Amino acid sequence: MSIELKDLYDDFRDANVIKAYAKQIAIDAKGLNRPIGIMEVCGGHTHTIMKYGLPQLMPANIHFVHGPGCPVCIMPKERIDHAYTLAMQENVILITLGDMIKVPGSNGSLQDARAKGADVRFVYSPMDVLEIAKTNPTKKVIFFAIGFETTTPMTAALLESVITQKIDNVLFHINHVTVPEVMTVLMADEENRPVENKIDAFLGPSHVSVIAGSDIYQPFASVYKRPVVVSGFEPVDVMQSIHMILRQMIEGRSEVEIQYSRAVDKKGNEKAQALIRKYFEKAPFFSWRGLGKVANSSWKLKEEFSSYDAEKIYKDILPTKECQDHKLCRCGDILKGLATPPECTIFGTLCKPSNPIGSCMVSSEGACAAYYRYGNMK
Amino acid sequence: MKNATITLAHGNGGSESKELVESLFYSTFGNSILNNSEDAALIENGKLAFTTDSFTVSPLSFSGGDIGKLAICGTCNDLAMMGAKPKYLSIAFMIEEGFSFEELRHIIKSMHDELEKNDAIIVCGDTKVVPKGNVDKLFINTTGIGEVYYNGISASHLKEGMSILVSRDIGSHGAVVFAAREGMALSSELKSDCASLYPQVKSLVDASISIVAMRDATRGGLAAVLNEWASSSGVTIEINEASIPICEEVQGICELLGFEATALANEGTFVIAVPVEEAEKTLEILRQTNQSAAIIGTVNNSYKGKVVLKSSWGTQRFLELPTGELLPRIC
Amino acid sequence: MCLSIPSKVVSIDEEKQICTVDTMGISRDASLAMMAQGDVKIGDFVLIHIGFVMNKISVEEAEASLETYREILSLMDEDERRRSVEEDDNCVNRT
Repeated sequence: MSIELKDLYDDFRDANVIKAYAKQIAIDAKGLNRPIGIMEVCGGHTHTIMKYGLPQLMPANIHFVHGPGCPVCIMPKERIDHAYTLAMQENVILITLGDMIKVPGSNGSLQDARAKGADVRFVYSPMDVLEIAKTNPTKKVIFFAIGFETTTPMTAALLESVITQKIDNVLFHINHVTVPEVMTVLMADEENRPVENKIDAFLGPSHVSVIAGSDIYQPFASVYKRPVVVSGFEPVDVMQSIHMILRQMIEGRSEVEIQYSRAVDKKGNEKAQALIRKYFEKAPFFSWRGLGKVANSSWKLKEEFSSYDAEKIYKDILPTKECQDHKLCRCGDILKGLATPPECTIFGTLCKPSNPIGSCMVSSEGACAAYYRYGNMK
Repeated sequence: MKNATITLAHGNGGSESKELVESLFYSTFGNSILNNSEDAALIENGKLAFTTDSFTVSPLSFSGGDIGKLAICGTCNDLAMMGAKPKYLSIAFMIEEGFSFEELRHIIKSMHDELEKNDAIIVCGDTKVVPKGNVDKLFINTTGIGEVYYNGISASHLKEGMSILVSRDIGSHGAVVFAAREGMALSSELKSDCASLYPQVKSLVDASISIVAMRDATRGGLAAVLNEWASSSGVTIEINEASIPICEEVQGICELLGFEATALANEGTFVIAVPVEEAEKTLEILRQTNQSAAIIGTVNNSYKGKVVLKSSWGTQRFLELPTGELLPRIC
Repeated sequence: MCLSIPSKVVSIDEEKQICTVDTMGISRDASLAMMAQGDVKIGDFVLIHIGFVMNKISVEEAEASLETYREILSLMDEDERRRSVEEDDNCVNRT
């Protein structure tokens, strides 16, 4: 039996399979002795869960706890201010990926900078930066790099191309972050979490795991005794993963399992990992919105590539003050799974996609944006 | 209005556009005709329909049409959607210095061909040429007057039990223009749905269909129309997600870029509300032009002013008015 | 940001380290910088992320998943059949 490309979409969205898993989960959930919270780390999973209405299919004793896996959402204001400052420089073209241009900083978003005359562009692929750099030789092209492990090797590949093609007008501002360290921070704070927000199991990110391999989650199973199931993106994937988590909990196991077996293995993409290690090293810490300083959770360019590091070259003009979010914004709590978007007093009123106050409302993967778009039905 | 400057989102046809139009334009110019905010204004006691539209699409030419065809379709369709026969149009050109004469001739030919399909004529016009860089190649405005032959079409007349249909698969124009702009090669035959709708509307009227509401789903797509209707009529529009027709290629572009097909612009696709007993007959007539026409939902009163999307596995959610910059210069 | 799409490889340019992929009728180029030389073949299903091939999709594993789904569907069908039979059965002694 041969698989067509269409099957890789349709069959993992099959309505009957989704319903079948919903039934199976309801049956298995009767074996739980208390309500459980499953954290999906990745913003893409938050999106899938809300878009396909999966909370409506869960029995009363299973609920989702949303995690900080949205690289746009976790960007602290001061780094957005970096981007804004760089964009407003003479002869600079600031390039970034998609949603980043809408996140509000202290003086406004990159979109606002563009409306004021800054040359801000978004690209779908970092490689598009090369063409822009070549056609604008007198400008400094700064790539504001964001993303988790999934996107980090692509920035490395871009740097490699910039070096081999001897392009001299491209700089990088690196904001790549890593998942396991922030999961550890959440676990370390577990006893302070209210019962209704406790994390009993993890739905492991799909594409971070494609690059990094599922072994990176081993400590959460062996040390923190939490089942981890690495899940694909489609609704059937998520339903099957929840089923697998339930089976682990009922059988008293805590293991790392791979539901997304068609794309993920234990070791990941080693060539991609090697590319990362060739150009980057871990920075001592990164300030995550809502979580504060997390050690070893981000990458920076290695010393020998300092000539490409916009953060070093523009050090004198980049703002250093840490900025607070709007008083009423609960992004921080939402990113830690301590609150859901509707519990924020400005959700949907003062803060909405057309006028985001916090970053969780901006990114298509942010919990607030997902709830606004898909989940505001009572 | 929160912002001090106009952003691209204010032109998106979604929530920000609405905010700008309501807070500045309606508040300054408001009157009983304007405030109806239908596709075309009904003037002279409902005898005539009057509308205007400007076209800034980039690229100027795309699979299935060009800015000229769009400029005629756009305005004629707005008239057709109000039950009017397009009769007289004006055109205004804003041309960038250095624009190719040959390209302009081509665009004029497209406009001429499309006018014939609507049996309408250009009766006045204006041409401005501006220095290089002051306009991106070519912008066109068309204004149209039509003679109303079917009354009573309004976004505020929807009632419980009515059926909602869409005239063909959605999102083609938005998908094609976006792909062309991004330099995405389409290995398929995907074309913009850009087309004149007057003939289809005429068939419906000739078959005595009771058209309650009708609108072409331009900027903001199907989602914008349905939300506007739900809000104007104070009802719920319940849509069966699985019955919304979307062709594979548009689905592919949406997958690739993370768009929702319901938010993509159309230039030859319309949504229509009819009494439930006329739904099948309406569908039959629509299918004479496009096999992909479909009955997609009904009207009820469960969530006043909202659009509910029901999945085929028992979940439901609101379909919101599109927001954000999504696709600038799509029409 | 995690958005990644299954696509089919239709041509490969080893020298430029790129391949052309088809995603439901849209052709795009994607970089092979993340993949080992010769790993990707025409006809393979791959995951594309922001213009790069991230990895190959295993057809065997996909088929195994689909087999699991067929099983759960038939299990549910069986369950429902049994339940509807039991419901209609007026056996008073059944506990």
